[in-house]
Amino acid sequence: MMESLRAGDVGVLLAGGGLVVTLTVWAWGGDRGDTVVIRAAGKVVETTSLARTRTVAVNGPLGTTQIEIEPGRARIARDPSPRQLCVKQGWLTQSGQAALCLPNQVSLEIRGRTTAYDTLGY
Amino acid sequence: MTRSVIELPVSADDRRIARLAALAIGLTLAEAALPSPVPGVKPGLANIVILLVLLQYGWRAAAWVSGLRVLAGGLLLGSLFAPGFWLSSAGALVSLSVLALARHLPSRHFGPVSLSVLAAFGHIGGQLALVGVWLLPSAALIKLLPVFAAAALVFGAVNGLIVTRMLAAPASSGRQSAPCILP
Repeated sequence: MMESLRAGDVGVLLAGGGLVVTLTVWAWGGDRGDTVVIRAAGKVVETTSLARTRTVAVNGPLGTTQIEIEPGRARIARDPSPRQLCVKQGWLTQSGQAALCLPNQVSLEIRGRTTAYDTLGY
Repeated sequence: MTRSVIELPVSADDRRIARLAALAIGLTLAEAALPSPVPGVKPGLANIVILLVLLQYGWRAAAWVSGLRVLAGGLLLGSLFAPGFWLSSAGALVSLSVLALARHLPSRHFGPVSLSVLAAFGHIGGQLALVGVWLLPSAALIKLLPVFAAAALVFGAVNGLIVTRMLAAPASSGRQSAPCILP
């Protein structure tokens, strides 16, 4: 009777598992952002780190947009836009993600080590 | 009037390869009926036969069985020379190349499970390489890589264990005349 799993088999299985995990992290992990860029009417009003908690208030043509920044994530907390699309997007964590409050002309963008796009036109 | 009879000599090897290839083709067809959430994620049951052939009759026989399986499987599934056929060929080719190297691993430490897992990774690697350069030369595939790799690992390991069991079964003690054991 042969042993069904020999030492090398275990090694191959572990290596295969390692490969799967590496691929998963590489393909799905994405690039967690570390910087947040806030724009109003197309101009950058604030570029800040995603490291500590703070809130930023930005004024647009409709009123004030409240942006919440927490370690590793940021969101639009309040916005005067009628449809609240950017608020409903919730927390942004990945590099390249952006929440746009078009009626109020405010945008929130997450940046990481690598940028997913060279430029974005809204 | 002369009657000419062309006789093709058929050796015992030929018959054995034909029988084993038929087995592999049967498994390929059975597998094609299984629904799969992602095209390309399949148990690869025919690889059980390929691996048994490799371990009992050598690499040449395994290559023959594998080639016949891809060709006849393509014929029977109606995908001959369609993209699926070429993907299958690429997978079989890389998988056989990997096996050609991997079978020289010391068998004291590396059993059928190793061969099966390596062959499964070779199989999906060959297919994805062809897809990458020919069918979808974009980044769309990258998100699916972990799925394919995980499937290769799991199905490769399971197939390897099946092969181990079949080799350990008393009916096939490695004798050349042992009948083909059906799963």
